[in-house]
Amino acid sequence: MSALPTTVDDVKAGLEGNEYLADDGLATSIFLAITLRRPLFLEGEAGVGKTEVAKVLSRWLGGRLIRLQCYEGIDASQAVYEWDYTRQLLHLRTAEATGEASATDSTSLEAALYDERFLIRRPLLEALSPNEGPPPVLLVDEIDRADDEFEAFLLEALSDYSITIPELGEIKTENPPLVVLTSNRTRDVHDALKRRCLYHWVEHPTFEREVAIIQLRAPGVAAPLIRQVAAATEAMRGQGLYKPPGVAETIDWARSLAALGRVAIDEASVEATLGTVLKYREDQERVTQQGLPDLVRTAMIRGGSA
Amino acid sequence: MSERSPDDAAETTTLAAGETLAVGFARALRRAGLRVPASATINYVQALGLVGVETRSGVYWAGRSTLLHRPEDIDIYDRVFAAYWQQTFVETIRFEGKPPSVTLALDVGDDEGGDGNDDGEDEQDSEIQPVRFSRTEVLTDKDFAECSAEELAELTALMSRLQFTTHTRRSRRQVRATSKGDRPDLRRTVQRALRHQGEPLHRAYTEDATRPRRLVLVLDVSGSMEAYARALVRFAHAAVVARGRVEVFALGTRLTRLTRFLYSRDPDQALTLAMPKVQDWAGGTRLGEGLAEFNEEWGIRGMARGSVVVILSDGWDRGDPLVLGTAMERLHRVTHELVWVNPLKATPGYAPLAAGMAAALPHLDRFVEGHSYASLEQLATILAGQR
Repeated sequence: MSALPTTVDDVKAGLEGNEYLADDGLATSIFLAITLRRPLFLEGEAGVGKTEVAKVLSRWLGGRLIRLQCYEGIDASQAVYEWDYTRQLLHLRTAEATGEASATDSTSLEAALYDERFLIRRPLLEALSPNEGPPPVLLVDEIDRADDEFEAFLLEALSDYSITIPELGEIKTENPPLVVLTSNRTRDVHDALKRRCLYHWVEHPTFEREVAIIQLRAPGVAAPLIRQVAAATEAMRGQGLYKPPGVAETIDWARSLAALGRVAIDEASVEATLGTVLKYREDQERVTQQGLPDLVRTAMIRGGSA
Repeated sequence: MSERSPDDAAETTTLAAGETLAVGFARALRRAGLRVPASATINYVQALGLVGVETRSGVYWAGRSTLLHRPEDIDIYDRVFAAYWQQTFVETIRFEGKPPSVTLALDVGDDEGGDGNDDGEDEQDSEIQPVRFSRTEVLTDKDFAECSAEELAELTALMSRLQFTTHTRRSRRQVRATSKGDRPDLRRTVQRALRHQGEPLHRAYTEDATRPRRLVLVLDVSGSMEAYARALVRFAHAAVVARGRVEVFALGTRLTRLTRFLYSRDPDQALTLAMPKVQDWAGGTRLGEGLAEFNEEWGIRGMARGSVVVILSDGWDRGDPLVLGTAMERLHRVTHELVWVNPLKATPGYAPLAAGMAAALPHLDRFVEGHSYASLEQLATILAGQR
């Protein structure tokens, strides 16, 4: 756990210490999100490391990571809170059996029922409940998958970091969470929600940055191999694939090649491990058609041979 | 500049100067066509105060994260940034193009059907019957290409009366069931039990809710479609207004997303807004590449998944039919239903021989005509899942 950063460079250093290399743009956005305590909205291709940002923030600052995975049809009972109905029913039956139910009036019976101990806290409530120490990190993953209604609801909760539960009243925290929202952009998220947030479009990393990322995440892989893998991936991203490989794939690829005992890439091993970078049959065909020898040559030239 | 002590005099001056600059920059962005709400400007000023104005990178990224909300705007932002902060003379900051000097023949004063008939975008009425107007019966069968300006105006006015209901899909959301539903609704059962001293006499149930499937319209706006394109945009607008979850794209030499511009309830205004956006109105077509781009940027990621996708085009493609075939095959694999509307299909003796059309045909769920109001009305019915 570390103190909150006071400059953009603090952020860069802090993230790097936790194996995440952020460029100027992302670091600035994160710095502002922490300092202004505003939600950070990250959009970008799948596999550029959006979700990772939240995880790293939690590791670095020591706040608890609370994850809310969105999906179609998600509503308040899965995102905020729910009463434990089974236990409530059980409580009612017990009250009845012991004769307590007829002895007490219905108001106090009801009050007993909507007590905190019957409350199931879902991620949003968890994140907005009073807490101490470093701020928790709330990851709202793939917000674009949720319905518009849920978006509106989230907007309300995030605008003053408070939530009202009819039976318990308002729940509010002095120590609001750091909120990271991610979207793959399967649809446009409403402007009102975006306006509430700081926005950052996450791109595929540049060649040098990707090399550095692999070095960090896949230690033990030979340096020339890392450069070649990064170069080959970069070349593939330019081939108009259905699903251009993300950083996670590049790391996997480097690890796979290293696991096979390679210190430099060659045609045969690329062919054997293509499945770790390209997840569509069509993409594999396209890359193979464009010529693996060419790809290997490009990688050697750009990445430098061993 | 990372410290903000109020008694530091130099600090205060810089901030005030920074404020003016920041507000000016926001204004410049607005002039270039970006939507920058005042709240974003305030955030920007705050962000600049924190990041400092010493480095280009700080000023740039502080603005990127506070003033910008869509990747499409990055380009404009970069140019305005260069022009404003670096005082570089940039010759063409691309402002919104002027609307093409086409006088819309669609300007009919009477539009009462549009607002009176739709009751909310998300509401679904399964019982809605398509309305027919006998006095226009003849006109509705006439090919758009043969209509006079007045006739077109009359037909497009009619379009705002089209009823769009929709295919539905099961949602994971649970709603209150009227009778015995799929799952016990413990929440309501507990609430009811309280009325009977905790005895759960009445059990409540929930069932799966239904959601309208997304409808994606891809309009071909190339030269060969000129006679139809305006009517089709009007059709798309009617769809956007009538129901939720509609996306509209225009496809010519490039792909343009029109949805945003069609939100307005006034069709003519929406048309004027939408039209200058499409830079290749009546230009050439590269259908295959356009659809591939749609797949890449929007469709496969989720917009087309489980949706009803309708392509409105005559199928004349200047590009490689193989590209179109592949794009269609890929699209077909993720959609719920893939429909092609071809205005030429109604022509007597028409066979889908155009290379593009022939390549697309094997991947379609439906191939329908779309040359006249009646055929579009029928299309609306098909989209409603009523045949």
